[in-house]
Amino acid sequence: MTEATLDRPVKLSIKDLVVGYLDKQSGHTMVAVDKVTLDIREGEFVTIVGLSGCGKSTFLNAIAGLVKHQHGEIRVNDRIVNGPGMDRAVVFQKASLLPWRKVGRNITYGLELSGMKQAAAREKASYYVNLIRLNGFEDHYPHQLSGGMQQRVNLARALACDPEVLLLDEPFAALDAITRELMQNELLELCEKVGKTVLMVTHQIDEAVLLSDRVIIFSSRPAYVLADIRIPIERPRKSLIKDSEEFRQLMNEIWRVIEGNANIGGGI
Amino acid sequence: MRKVTVFPKSNAVKKEKILNVLLGSSVILLFLISWELLFQFRLVNPLFISSPSRVVLALITIIKDGSLQQNLTISAKEFLFGYGVAILIGFPAGIMLGWFKLIRAAFGPFIAAMQATPRIALMPLFIIWFGLGITSKIVIVLLSAIFPLIVNLQVAMSTIDNDLIHVARAYGASRWQVFRSIALPTSLPFLITGLRLAAGRGLLGVIVAEVFGGAAGIGYMIQYAGSTFQTDKVFAGVLVVAFTGITLDFTLDRLGRYFDRWRGEVAVH
Repeated sequence: MTEATLDRPVKLSIKDLVVGYLDKQSGHTMVAVDKVTLDIREGEFVTIVGLSGCGKSTFLNAIAGLVKHQHGEIRVNDRIVNGPGMDRAVVFQKASLLPWRKVGRNITYGLELSGMKQAAAREKASYYVNLIRLNGFEDHYPHQLSGGMQQRVNLARALACDPEVLLLDEPFAALDAITRELMQNELLELCEKVGKTVLMVTHQIDEAVLLSDRVIIFSSRPAYVLADIRIPIERPRKSLIKDSEEFRQLMNEIWRVIEGNANIGGGI
Repeated sequence: MRKVTVFPKSNAVKKEKILNVLLGSSVILLFLISWELLFQFRLVNPLFISSPSRVVLALITIIKDGSLQQNLTISAKEFLFGYGVAILIGFPAGIMLGWFKLIRAAFGPFIAAMQATPRIALMPLFIIWFGLGITSKIVIVLLSAIFPLIVNLQVAMSTIDNDLIHVARAYGASRWQVFRSIALPTSLPFLITGLRLAAGRGLLGVIVAEVFGGAAGIGYMIQYAGSTFQTDKVFAGVLVVAFTGITLDFTLDRLGRYFDRWRGEVAVH
């Protein structure tokens, strides 16, 4: 998959993206993301890692259209996007399910917002409900589910929209260590099955290496690209690869870049 | 093992419930019995205190001669009209005050001032403007019931989970869709609380307005019976009002639980 994606068309193209935000204390506009250029090809899984607060979530929110960017452009399928749209779907760190909707109607929420009738939305979502093994839970309320299950509903809600690009914002950060490992494996399996184009943000280096075709390292604030590291591990992958020498070396390589930047910038 | 430890626990909960009901009802019963005894042994002038048995007799009398039904119909009309209009105006007004900052800034102080004004003190004015008929009572009910609704719905809008709005926006929801799929469901429990408070205030409004300046209705009946020393009838009227209030509150509470069933801890099955 890794080699094969090289000659595929570019799905998500980001050029010279600058994102600022208003610092309420000082009243100044601060730069969170500084001239980031990034191309993601169809079916590629790209992960951004960096210290917390480095601006990687802001970057993802800008791509989702939730935050305005000051400069540069974002293209999906070579079409400039401004603001949120159905071609991108976000999985946030918090499951943020609508507590008064049952699981089934939470999964179809995105589709319903796009104007689809309930029955048609359910029909369309059913493929992912099966794939994420949520069938049988459609009539549960979110509070009846564990954190891991809620996050799966969150993922299903995003996939049901069948987006061009799936955006994952530290999707497993709020889960306990065991559930997180299980979810990583499940996402790995899922992505290899559906072949979606994915852009993920995380601060777990092992998670990044396990899941990605490429790992992009962001500097501390303002964020720019420090390194773009290809993960040449064969697919399909198993979580067992975490024990391999190759995996460890990749993790080391990424860690050294992050560490070097933190020392220079005095970022911590 | 687990089951063994769970069973006695749920049994204990049941026992506690039964004990609570027994304690609660025995205090009421004790009160009624001592009241009746106070009357039977003429410990206090019967003219002043009546007795449970005489209240029941009075109740039967006013049902038989139809005066209860007649007055109740008028009071109900006043209440339902005022309450209904309060909902029709209060619900959208509260939502808009909570949803739009500018509307809140514009109307907030005015509404706070209105709310602080004792409505019943305006009754003489309402009688001058609308007469002794049902219109002046409707206005009192409306003004009594509308504020709890406005305030509760305004608060509801401020409790909306920002993460949910974030999600909705990420999926491209329009402002109207955010409102319909997130703000409205969030407001529902607050609406029920508002309805309960409004019902209590509205009921109080009807009775006080009728006692104060009415020609018909339960409040007027109570007032008239009082001024002619028919203590039994006064108590009968009060009993009817209390019963109506309890029924109304119970119904709205049940409705609230039904709409709240997604919230786990108060689930009804």
